[in-house]
Formats: sequence, structure tokens, C-alpha cells
Amino acid sequence: MKKFNYHLVKDIKEAKKLSSPNSTFLAGGMTTIPSMKLGLGTYKDIIDIKGIKKLSGIKVSGKILKIGATTKHVEVANSKEVKKSIPSLAALAEGIGDPQVRNKGTIGGSIANNDPAADYPSACIALNASINTSNNRKIDSENFFRGLFETALKKGEIIESIEFEIPLKSNYQKFPNPASRYAIVGVYVSKYKSGTNVAVTGAKSCVYNDKDLSKALSNNFSSSAIDKVKISSSGMSSDIHASGNYRANMVKVFAKKAVEAC
Amino acid sequence: MASLVGSRVERKEDKRFLTGKGRYTADINLANQTYAVFIRSPHARAKIKKIDTSKALKASGVVDILTGKHIAQDKIGGLIAGWAIRSEDGSEMKCPANPPLANDSVNFVGDPVAVVFAETLDEVKEAANLVDVDYKVLKAVTSLAHTMKSETIHEGIDKNLCYDWLLGDRQKVKEAFDKADRIIKLDIVNNRLIPNAMEPRACVIDYNTASEEITCYTTSQNPHLSRLIMSAFGGVAPENKLRVVAPDVGGGFGSKINLYNEEIVCSWAAKKIERPIKWVAERTESFLTDTHGRDHITHAELAVTNDGKFLGFKNETIANLGAYARVFGTVTPTYLFGPCATGVYVMPAAYSNVKAVYTNTAPVDAYRGAGRPEATYTIERIVDKAAIELGLDPIEIRMKNFPTEFPFKQTLVHQIDSGDYVSGLKKAKQMSDYDGFAARKKDSESKGKLRGIGVTTYFEACGIAPSPVVMMLGCGVGLWESAEVRFNPTGQVTVYTGSHSHGQSHQTTFAQIAADELGVPIENIDIVHGDTDKGTFGMGTYGSRSLAVGGVAIINACKKIVTKGKKIAAKMLEASEEEVEFKDGEFVVAKSNKKKTIGEVAFASYLPGVRDEVKSPLPEGEEPGLIESSFYDPSNFSFPAGSHICEVEIDPETGEVKLDKYTAVDDFGTIVNPLIVEGQVHGGLAQGIGQALYENAQYDETGQLITASYMDYTMPRADNFPEFNIGYTCTKATTNPLGVKGCGEAGTIAATPTVMNAVINALGGKEISLPATAEKVWKACKENKGSNAKAA
Ligand SMILES: Cc1cc2nc3c(=O)[nH]c(=O)nc-3n(C[C@H](O)[C@H](O)[C@H](O)COP(=O)(O)OP(=O)(O)OC[C@H]3O[C@@H](n4cnc5c(N)ncnc54)[C@H](O)[C@@H]3O)c2cc1C
Repeated sequence: MKKFNYHLVKDIKEAKKLSSPNSTFLAGGMTTIPSMKLGLGTYKDIIDIKGIKKLSGIKVSGKILKIGATTKHVEVANSKEVKKSIPSLAALAEGIGDPQVRNKGTIGGSIANNDPAADYPSACIALNASINTSNNRKIDSENFFRGLFETALKKGEIIESIEFEIPLKSNYQKFPNPASRYAIVGVYVSKYKSGTNVAVTGAKSCVYNDKDLSKALSNNFSSSAIDKVKISSSGMSSDIHASGNYRANMVKVFAKKAVEAC
Repeated sequence: MASLVGSRVERKEDKRFLTGKGRYTADINLANQTYAVFIRSPHARAKIKKIDTSKALKASGVVDILTGKHIAQDKIGGLIAGWAIRSEDGSEMKCPANPPLANDSVNFVGDPVAVVFAETLDEVKEAANLVDVDYKVLKAVTSLAHTMKSETIHEGIDKNLCYDWLLGDRQKVKEAFDKADRIIKLDIVNNRLIPNAMEPRACVIDYNTASEEITCYTTSQNPHLSRLIMSAFGGVAPENKLRVVAPDVGGGFGSKINLYNEEIVCSWAAKKIERPIKWVAERTESFLTDTHGRDHITHAELAVTNDGKFLGFKNETIANLGAYARVFGTVTPTYLFGPCATGVYVMPAAYSNVKAVYTNTAPVDAYRGAGRPEATYTIERIVDKAAIELGLDPIEIRMKNFPTEFPFKQTLVHQIDSGDYVSGLKKAKQMSDYDGFAARKKDSESKGKLRGIGVTTYFEACGIAPSPVVMMLGCGVGLWESAEVRFNPTGQVTVYTGSHSHGQSHQTTFAQIAADELGVPIENIDIVHGDTDKGTFGMGTYGSRSLAVGGVAIINACKKIVTKGKKIAAKMLEASEEEVEFKDGEFVVAKSNKKKTIGEVAFASYLPGVRDEVKSPLPEGEEPGLIESSFYDPSNFSFPAGSHICEVEIDPETGEVKLDKYTAVDDFGTIVNPLIVEGQVHGGLAQGIGQALYENAQYDETGQLITASYMDYTMPRADNFPEFNIGYTCTKATTNPLGVKGCGEAGTIAATPTVMNAVINALGGKEISLPATAEKVWKACKENKGSNAKAA
């Protein structure tokens, strides 16, 4: 690992001041540190934002569940508020990586990183989340996840919190890659009065809302409704663990599982 | 005193390992040490045009940079194959030179070409980036099936063929096949595996400029053998100036048998730069450069009668050696594979023909089971296929072909001294509730799942063994073991063994057998291993041989101690030697009931006199002290055997295979410590199941390893396994005094075919290749559904 300066900052202002083209924010470090070790990421300044009090915490107000960016996976998994308001979100957090990763990794880090096989991005899309940032922006999930490891965040912009809209019911089903245990496909289904969202992760280069599945389930919330939907394998990722065709089929299988588990 | 052999003595090593107090090679730091980083080829096959080190040499902290040119100048020898194998036509095998640092060509991704030494790890990594190697990239040979038709990798090695070996009688096999009612044919791929020891390889080298002694701390399964090779073939230093220490080693599974490039280079370089050197592999280097395992393509044929009797067997295999032939690389696919390919059965005629070839991939060598898993997979898969084609139950067809009398002369090589395959399979059948399978299958089907059951019966030849036999077969060394047992004057015992423990718990097992033999409390016995300066010599730990060979050497040395002790005790007790009995640590004269403990005798042997009188407890001509050593060369291999049965449940929607039940019934002869044997069986099963369902090392056509991290190489994890149901039968080995057979590899050998037979059973007999990953199984389910629909 190359040498760097480490800064433990106390507030957003300090973090922003230190931010430069050669810096990165550090939350749980579960992505950043391995990539630094492999020489894929090299930085002059590491700005640790875990000390910023206001970035952490879980709160329900009305129809909104708000989670601070530096809240760890383990905290979401164990939170009474989350379990009560959106149990599927707690279950998702419980299924990320292993205990070590859950004890360190954060929701903000996961979302900012936007790994195509990460779990949280699907929750954001399915649960109509908005992402609050230090630039005083409130970004809709649909506009936030832009592509492979790409988000709407500007350089130096920090995610402060994520606001999820509490659904009538919801469920997340993940088909883990046997090696990495990230999602080969992960399907998040959430039902609202206004309709149903089906968000898919792992299948393509970026999380997406499967409009056909969402529409079918909005009309008829049952697994048989999924049978009639055709899922194309075009645009699906293909690797040694799963071909595009297999992934396309698994989207359907796991969507059904999610609906049945709702 | 109760015998310790057979009891669940808790491991002496637990305190150290479970509290983080183990001392591994990477834990060793020497004053003034430098750090090494190897520059490795990023190409699978290339010519080295030029290595420019000028920029790197100027980088901060750099001490030196050495290349293949320097190695050649100093006439340092290369890596070797330990077994010379002859082809069917009588010609000797062909092995390429394998210099420790490549000099003009590189032959796999990871092949080292240079080494950088610097003051700190950060500096050496920085500097390594500045070494500029100019390659002329050549087309890589990576497809095992097409290797013999591809470009020649090593000059002078036609068709990339190391040897074309035959064991058995083609004519007899032909005659048997002519008489057969049916010929069962099977084509299989035995997938390449990466051993993945938890501890990556490492070495730390000390060079004493005054005494000119080199000490090499390294991650080895056989430090004595490494010293021998490094000295005799590497020419790094004479053996008396070379000490090899393998301290705690975190797993080897065969991958740490070899002496590797890095140990030779660093040992040689430490003398050159007159500084200690530390090198620790990163995980990626382990993936790329540790020897890999398996990687065969096999066509097998089994001749049977309509009622399921076996008449003959053919095994045509192409085995991948990777880029170079290493220590056990050439024997693994021949003598460790060929003879076992006829399985536990009476097989009137058989042959194994193996073509071992070079490819531009990492060298392939012994991996837990070495050859025997590949053999067992071949025979157990084809036996199941025969059962399917003949409409026989998999247990029935096996029972029909078991030998029932022992010793049993196995078709191709082995004289199996003892065994009882029928009882083993019966016990496995009962423990697995085989008869309840139909009901469980129905149950699974009612949930939309498929269920399959798989059976395997196996034997293995281990304890690798009689020197005259292995040397006749081409082994470069004898495979005996040695031990030295030292009584300290105050009564504790230190046992020096040539075997090496890297997870096998010798510290406990060996202490148990010595404690029984000497009647000394186990707490007072220490086992010392892994240091060529401590103890005599050893050929190492592999092939489940430590107890059956190394353990017996300890027993024999203990017996010598007792013999000498008896003489001394007789004199002390004023009796004749014949009147002295040794039992439970005491020398007793029955008629007078006078006794001396072995501790007292040891004390007297070191302090042979008394005050005010000239009187010695030592008989005339007896030397003081109580130290004995023994070299043990067994008369035969040992032959563990067993029956495993498992059940899988498949979700046809996703293709996921869930291993639901696993029963293993093994015959390891005498079991010294059931707790440790259970651990060995569990670990073996995990790796065998890993091969069946998860693990698969894959290269792309340019020779890049695409499974070079845990993101892509699927290691099995605890949650992939059910609670294992483990049982034993016992027929003692007749060829060693302990009656032990070896247990280290059994699980790996049996589990892969057991699981695959179950998966294929669930798929209604549809063939599927290793490993049975979800997508493959899903496809097979879909195809089955398609053909069922057509049939309907
Ligand atoms: C072994 C292992 C297994 C894993 N398995 C899974 C899995 O199954 N599913 C899954 O979804 N993930 C998995 N992960 C990833 C894990 O969830 C990480 O925690 C997550 O991707 C990154 O979160 P972090 O807090 O560690 O972020 P860091 O590594 O600290 O940061 C990641 C990136 O996000 C940026 N960042 C962090 N916080 C903010 C913020 N508040 N505002 C703006 N930018 C920010 C950083 O600058 C950096 O670029 C795994 C990781 C490992 C190591």
C-alpha cells in the first residue's frame, strides 16, 4: 500500500475542505482498503468520515425510514425500527458479506460505491429512496445509480442519509455468487398503494428497476403474474459463474420467490 | 495405566493455535533483514528479450536485483521432478529445465524472472514496479485436449509429451472385452484445483558470513527433503552448511511438498547480498504459483456381464503437468493414479495408459489424495454408470465385485494385506438409512425438489513406502522415516521425528504412541519436528504416511529404549535381564517384586555411579545415556478403504445443489486418536465436496488464470455442509506394528465421486461434468424436462 495522510474529521465542513482530486472518503473501508492494497486505488489523503456524528443513526418518522450514511450493516440488521418498518431491509443487511464486513461496512459506502452486485442499491430503487447529500441535494434513487460503479455524486459530495419510503410489504431475495457471496442476481420487490417496484441487482452492469415486472405485479401482485413476463438476456452480465441467459432466468425465479415471501 | 492409543486426547497444539501463539514463517523477523519481491511473468508463454533494472536499482532502499542471468552464472540448479517415469516404449520421460529464475523463456503466468531486495516492504514493492521486462509474447498452449497437437513449448519435447505410460496388459484387456456382454464407456474431466493452504508460502533466510551457514525458514511439508534437493540439485550450499526449518505451517495439502523457486533464490541470494531475506507470498501469488492439483481428461471403459460382474477395465488419461515437472508431478498421474483406477474390485484385466503433457499453466503436482481421487472418481463414476445401464442398485453392483479374501492381489500393482469391504458398505448403508431414501425422495418431490443418492467405495494406497519398491518405480529417494527418542536425565522425553506436521496434530498423536510404549505421562513427552538441525532425517508428510511410517519409527526407537533400559534395570535390581518385565513404565522383577521406574533407569543411565563406592548401574560394556534412534522402512504400502453415501437435494428452478446428508464409513486400521481422525475426515470431505460442487481453476485461452482470487475461485464454506455422519470399521494393517493405515486423504478421495453420483442420480442418470455448479445443473434439469415433455 502506498503512503497516505489519514484525517479523522469531525464535521462535513472539515471533510469538504480536505477533499481534493487525490483524496477519498473512508467509511467502513471494506471496499476502499482492499482496493488500496491491490494498488487499484491510490490516494494522498484519506478522509475518515466515521467521526461525523450526524451521519449515523436510524429514525422513523411517518412513512419515512431514514438511515444515516455511516450506519453499519450490523446496525441496520439489528435495528428494531428497521425490523418493524421494513423487515426486508434488515434481512438484506444481515445477508451482506460476513460478520467482519457487516461490523465495518456502511450503507453510505455501499451506495456510493455502487458495485453492480451489491445489495443495498436494489433496496434504494425498490423502496423509492432519496439520497441526501452534503451539497443539499435530495437525489432520487432512479437518478442516483448511473452505471458501473458510477453515481450522481459529484467529487467531494458526501452522502448524509438515505430516506426509504415504508412499503405495505416487501421482500428481497438474493442468489449469492458461491465464491464472493455478492449477488449473482438479487431481486427486491416492494408493494405500495400506488404500485409495485421490482429492483434487480447483480444481473446487469448497474442496478435497475425492471419495468415489465413492476408493471405486471402492480396489476396483479402474485407470482403467476411473473410467469407471463419475458425477461431478455440482452444486457445481462455473463461470467464464469453465470451466463446472461441463466441470469435472465434467475431474475424471474427470484422475483417469484420474493413475491411469495412477501 | 490405560492405553492412550484409541482415546480422544485433546490436541497439544490447540493452546498455541487457538490463542494465536503459533509461530509461522512470516512471524519470523531477523535483524537487518531485507524484503524480497519477485518479478513474475504476466504472460503464459514468452521469450525474455531484455530485463532493464537500471531504474529500479536507483529506487529508494533497493539493495540488489538479481535475474536468471545471475543464477546461471553461479550455476545454481533448477527445480526437479522427483520420479523418473518411463514410457510404454521404454523411453525415459522428458523434462524441461526449470531454472529458479527464468533465463530466456517464461512458461506460465507467475513464472519468476527476477527478484528485488530492499530495506522495507513498501520500498521493495515500489522498486518492483520499476523493473522493465521486455517480452516477445508467444501463443500459449492451454487446452489440455489439444496440447499434443499444439506448438512445442519446450525445445526438444515433441508433442509437449513428458511420457506415454502404460500399466497393465492391453492384450488381456482385449480378451476380457471380447467376452463382455456390455462395454460401459465414460468420458470425464477431472477439474483443476488450487490447494489454497490458509498460510501462503513464505521463506526467511539467514546467512552467517563467519560460519557460511544458511538457515532457510520455510513453509514446507518436508524440510529434510528440501535441504537435500536444494543442496544436491540446486547447489546452493553443501548439506552441512544448510539448515532448513519449517516451523508452524498452516496447511499444505501437497502444495508445500515442493521446494520452490523462491526458497532456492532467496537462500542463494542471502549469501550473495550478505543480508537476511524475507519473502512472503501474497494471496494472488499463491493462486498463480502454488502447484495446482488434478486436471485430467479421461476416457474409461468397463467390460461387464449382464448380471453385473466386472471383466475388464481401460483407463486412457491425459494428465496436465503444467509448465514444468515438479517433485511429485510425474508420479501423481502414474503410480499414484493408475493402480487405484480399478477400485476396490476384483478386476480380471485392466490397464491404465497416461499421457502426461506440458501446458502454459502453473505446475500441477500432488494435491490431497494425489492421483487416488482421480482414480476413484474414474472407477466410481463408471461403476455407477454400469449400474444404471444394467438396472442394478449401486450397492448391489459393488457388493458383487468386492474381493472377500485377504490378502488380496489387486489387478495392477498392490498386494492388499487386509480389509473387509462388505462390512464397510453394509455399515454405511445402515448408517445412511439407505432404505429410507425412497421416502425422502418423495418428500423432496412434493416440495418441487429433486433428490439423489450417491455411493462410493474406495481403497487407497498410502503410507508411501517401501524404498526398494518406490525406487524401482522411479523415485529418486527412499521413502523410509526416522525417529530419535531421548530420555532426559530427569525423566522427560523428547521425540525427534522426520515427519512434519502442518495440521495433522503429530504433537499429540506421536506423543500418545510414545507414552504408551514408554509408560511415561503424555505431558512429559515432547515431539520435535521440522528442523534439519534437530533430529535425523525424514522424507516428509504426504500420502497419509506419517503415522504408518514415521510413527512406527518412533515405536521402534522406543522399543530400543526399553531394551537398553531393561539391561540397566536388571543390573540395578540384581536380577537377570530375562527376569525383568517392562510394563506401564516400570521394570519389575516378578520373583522379588522389586522395581525401578523408567525415569529412575534413565536417571541412572546418565549418572552412572554413587558416592564412596565404585559402582555403576550400567552393565559391562553398556554406554551411558538413554537415547535411541530408528530408521523404519515398511514392507508395503498401507490400504485404507471405505464406503461413503450421500444425498443431495436439487432445486430445479435454480440448479442449486444442497448436500443434505453425508455418511462416511472408513477403515483406517487402528485409530490412535478418534478426535484427530474425525478432523482429518471432515477436512478431507470438505475438499472432496469442494471439487464436486464448487472449486474449479480456470485459465483463458491466453493462459491468464481467471480464478485468481476468492471473488472467483469458490472455496467451500462451513454452511455448504451438513453435519457429517462418520463411522469406522477396523481391519488392522498387518504390515506395521501399530496396525494403522492412514486417514489424511480418505475424505478427499471418496467425497467427489460420492457427491457426483448423487447429483447424477437426482438428474435421472444424466451425465454432468465436474464441478456441478448451479448453472450446469439447472441446464441439465431443463434438458431433462424438455426430453420428458417430448417423450410424453
Ligand atoms: C469480503 C466482503 C464481502 C462483501 N460482501 C458483500 C455483499 O454480499 N453484498 C454487498 O452489497 N456488499 C458486500 N461487500 C461490500 C460491503 O458491503 C462494503 O461495506 C461496501 O461496499 C462499502 O462500504 P464501506 O462503508 O466499507 O465503504 P468504504 O470502503 O469506506 O468506501 C467505499 C466508497 O464509497 C465512498 N464513500 C463511503 N461513504 C461515503 C459517503 N457517506 N458519501 C460519499 N461517498 C462515500 C468512499 O469514498 C469509497 O469510494 C463485501 C465486502 C467484502 C470485503
